[in-house]
Amino acid sequence: MAEFIIKNGHVFDPVQGIKGDKKDICIKDGKIVDKVSGSAKVIDAKDKTVMAGAVEIHAHVAGPKVNLGRIYRPEDKLFSCTPTKGIERMGGGASIPTTFKTGYEYAKMGFAVAMEAAMPPLFSRHVHEEIRDTPIIDEGAFPVFGNNWFVLEYLKNQEIENTAAYCAWLLKVTKGYAIKVVNPGGTEAWGWGLNCLTVNDPVPYFDITPAEIIKGLIEANEYLGLPHSMHIHPNNLGNPGCYETTLDTLKIAAGIKPKNKFGREQVMHLTHTQFHSYGGTNWGDFESKAKEVTDFVNKNKNITIDTGNVTLDETTTMTADGPFEHHLTGLNHLKWANCDVELETAAGVVPYIYSPSISVCAIQWAIGLEIALMMKDPMRCYVTTDHPNAGPFTRYPRVYKWLMSEKARKAQIEAFKHKDKVLSQTAIGTLDREISLYELAQMTRAGPAKSLGLAAMCGGLKPGMDADVAIYNINPDKPIANPDDIEKAFSRCAAFFKSGVQVVSNGEIVNNGNKRTLWVNVKAKENPQVMRDINEKFVKYYSMTQANYEALGHHFVPNPYAIEVDATN
Amino acid sequence: MTKTITDVICPFCGTLCDDIEVTVSDDGKKLLEVANACVIGTEKFLHSQSTDRVTKPRIRQEDGSWKTISYEEAADYTAKALAKAKKPLMYGWSSTNCEAQSVGNEIAEIAKACCDNTAAVCHGTTLIAVQDIGLPTCTLGEIKNRADRIIFWGCNPAHAHPRHMSRYSIFPRGFFTGKGQMSRKMIVVDPRCTDTARMADVHLQVEQGRDYELLNALRVAFKGEWLPDVVAGIPAEKIREAADLMKSGRFGIIFFGMGVTQSLSKNHNIDIAIAVTKDLNEYTKFSIMPMRGHYNVTGSGEVFAWQFGFPYSVDLTRGFARYNPGDSSSIDLLKRGEVDMMFTIGSDPGAHFPISAVRAIAKVDSVCIDPHITPTSGVSKLHVPVAFNGVECGGNCYRMDNVPIDCRKVVEPPEGMMTDLDFLTMVCTRLKKLKGAA
Amino acid sequence: MAQPITVNLISGRTIQQGVAIESGKEKPSYRTACGIIEMDPSDLKRLGAWKNTNVKVTSDYGSVVVKAVEATQGPHPGVAFIPMGPWANSVVSDNTYSTGMPTFKGTPVKIEIAINEPVLLGVELVQRQCGVKVG
Ligand code: SF4
Ligand SMILES: [Zn+2]
Repeated sequence: MAEFIIKNGHVFDPVQGIKGDKKDICIKDGKIVDKVSGSAKVIDAKDKTVMAGAVEIHAHVAGPKVNLGRIYRPEDKLFSCTPTKGIERMGGGASIPTTFKTGYEYAKMGFAVAMEAAMPPLFSRHVHEEIRDTPIIDEGAFPVFGNNWFVLEYLKNQEIENTAAYCAWLLKVTKGYAIKVVNPGGTEAWGWGLNCLTVNDPVPYFDITPAEIIKGLIEANEYLGLPHSMHIHPNNLGNPGCYETTLDTLKIAAGIKPKNKFGREQVMHLTHTQFHSYGGTNWGDFESKAKEVTDFVNKNKNITIDTGNVTLDETTTMTADGPFEHHLTGLNHLKWANCDVELETAAGVVPYIYSPSISVCAIQWAIGLEIALMMKDPMRCYVTTDHPNAGPFTRYPRVYKWLMSEKARKAQIEAFKHKDKVLSQTAIGTLDREISLYELAQMTRAGPAKSLGLAAMCGGLKPGMDADVAIYNINPDKPIANPDDIEKAFSRCAAFFKSGVQVVSNGEIVNNGNKRTLWVNVKAKENPQVMRDINEKFVKYYSMTQANYEALGHHFVPNPYAIEVDATN
Repeated sequence: MTKTITDVICPFCGTLCDDIEVTVSDDGKKLLEVANACVIGTEKFLHSQSTDRVTKPRIRQEDGSWKTISYEEAADYTAKALAKAKKPLMYGWSSTNCEAQSVGNEIAEIAKACCDNTAAVCHGTTLIAVQDIGLPTCTLGEIKNRADRIIFWGCNPAHAHPRHMSRYSIFPRGFFTGKGQMSRKMIVVDPRCTDTARMADVHLQVEQGRDYELLNALRVAFKGEWLPDVVAGIPAEKIREAADLMKSGRFGIIFFGMGVTQSLSKNHNIDIAIAVTKDLNEYTKFSIMPMRGHYNVTGSGEVFAWQFGFPYSVDLTRGFARYNPGDSSSIDLLKRGEVDMMFTIGSDPGAHFPISAVRAIAKVDSVCIDPHITPTSGVSKLHVPVAFNGVECGGNCYRMDNVPIDCRKVVEPPEGMMTDLDFLTMVCTRLKKLKGAA
Repeated sequence: MAQPITVNLISGRTIQQGVAIESGKEKPSYRTACGIIEMDPSDLKRLGAWKNTNVKVTSDYGSVVVKAVEATQGPHPGVAFIPMGPWANSVVSDNTYSTGMPTFKGTPVKIEIAINEPVLLGVELVQRQCGVKVG
């Protein structure tokens, strides 16, 4: 394999504590190394910024609801098609790009890893087919557990061991990466058109509460010692006053200690925090509770979060929170798609326009930024747009701009129709913090990698790690004249190396890379009872046989990378 | 000695039953018995064993007779015809697996072809409606476990999806439906007194082509507003009775078929059927699902969508994907005489398109990839027989509720026969050379 | 002399059609399953035809000879049914009205008795309709 040496760049690497110093980065056989031979290809990164490949901790990029979005929104392709070009396959879609376009766009921005945030287990084979067709980036997928009948039944009786055994089995057969929870209990209630809006609402028939599900799944996660923690989208998303449910959810993690060999320090990851930090009692007195939520997270070190920044675009919302999407279509009257999945989950899809002329949208925009700016430890707060829910991932560079430049934020606030409302309902106008390049590397590289249990592999530039290296046209020695330059620089890498292969040059794809599917292979204790229960549920309640359930074979996972976990003792 | 293979998937209809048992000879070359499948599924497996199968590609000569050629020659012909054509139409895809579809899409991208699947003549109008108004739906196991109101609208599963009712919709005892059929009320809307309608608690024998009016009347009835005495041939009291029955359930589902997608109001029928479903969600839980016909038409739509962004009727002639049914749709392209090369795989437009469109196929260069002799192969210049997908080779497929199920190979194809995937890969390699593509 | 009658034609799947397309569309069994028109007894009477008489079905879009049989899923007076296949597709409306979908259901057709005209086999029918030269 080729050797490279990236010379003269300003390196930002939280893993090694390098804050913009000039340092050569050497690449050999797909890894970062101390030195290379004289025959290594020299890449000049003078006056440029060098970072590890970015890590996406939460996005909806592959699978049934994403594709339902593509199918039912031909209008999303209008003005967003990209023709076949050299080795690049054609693409299309703005908020729900085709798989090829998804891979290329991430790579062009310097992303090495992306996690699909909600995989319905019954559809894992579909998720993996799309992952296979998404070039370059390594991807994993989180199966959803929070409304799964096995989990509900085991946890009703506080059977953590059985829950854990089931989780291990499901991760294996779906080639999944982590335990994802979406609106625990509420989505099962949606099977009857109902919902659970607090952590104490009982789930119909199953006689368990969201709080019990959350606690049980955290415990099962730590029992197994998985690389990532339980990853949660709490109850009551998106409603005025929902921050109280969020705080109630976060409190459940109190006192639980992480147990794993991956260096992960949290036991709960709260996703798209912006959607869960609302105060007020209606859309009129709607206000930010970013401070209350971040205060809590700042104090509790066993929690990590991502932001869910609103980007002020037309987009497509999609979530396993079925009842929420039904509620949303009632608010905006745009077309509603829903799919309930037997024994497991549901999903809903509704287009949404975050208009800068609507006060609620502008306040949502401010809340997402407040969260990032109020979080003291960038290693525990990651930038996301909950793609495509709060905006497409292709807008990350714009979000970085807002985070790194108060001037850019002020300009946006000035442009809002209801500027005064934004300033009165949020604290965005009082925040003068500007995220540094080093902090950005924490929030987009080292932080999410650590939270995912991938700290040894990616998110940094330490010798031995995967050679995912992004070079950006930013000279940190010079003050930034125009905030738009930040957005421009992060939109298209000068160069990007993925696992030691140069895949991007001057913002163009030059190689389709060696995409991998990341999954977690747990060796768990034999549990005949759980195996019997699984067998019985398939015989009686599933619409397919157990023998056909697994995502097995080359056409689903052509290039697997299994993270081994031994949970036998 | 024989072997029994369990959990086999039936590659015929969108029900995609995955509990079939197939007995094969010890050497895996002969398929002997089929259990659990319906008569159609059984026939599909058994017919693959017939001795009069065409096993080699054949090209039609000047005098109209067939000449046997090799797969290599067939791939050369196909690649050249695609390379030469200005507007090739690559149609079908519904009876093959997703891997083959994927390679087909790569070919189409290089050839700048129009691509379409059999939704063109079955649920294309459903897709248009879904793009207008959305789709509240669910998986078939949800029906089995929860549904107590089942509506079949313009579909006849007793004939077209024979095991649908026993596996998912009417008879099974699920988690919350322990009494099976006794837990459910069944409504059938059909202009004929079909074998499905005979089983129903309520049969609304709608006047043919007046489904839109009846669906609209139901929306009125839900709200308790005034109705004329008779709508679409159905007395108002009967409509109100049906409306109350729908509202009073805990979980309901509308399954619909060609009766509404192919009659005059087309996508408007589906539009309002979905609106009915949305309305019902104000009172209870309701879903709606198209009864997809071919076993993997759904998969073709999925693959098109994640690779090109649209589920059918895709036009790649400009080097990027466009979608405009009526313009980029197969029947219209053919009728307007715009297609200058026809590539058919996994379907039979010769039998299932209106004859005017078939005549347009017969006029141009054409390739038909199909294990059977069909009206399409009968009007094509090149017939490439292939192994039966789901019998002689495996591969992923999508059930009518979008659930992916990986088909199994149960027997060897006849000596030397290629699969869809093998053949398409050969064509793709050749086409890349001809076009100098990367 | 019997007079032609006009009915509303629909087409669709039947289980016999499903079995037949898997057993071979070049075979007589396909014709037996799909080369038929299912008519209400009252319409047969109107036409003055016995069951199992060959009839010629004509629409604005073409014509085809099929065997008239008594409706199996009736009664449906005024509506006739040809199972999905090339016989039906010889006469259905090909109008898509810019939806991409032909109007397979609801084509007005004229039916007349054609005792002496044969019902063609599936593949043969399409080849003839398209003027394909076969060797
Ligand atoms: S119902 Fe459909 S899938 Fe099931 S056995 Fe019959 S033909 Fe095959
Ligand atoms: Zn999300």
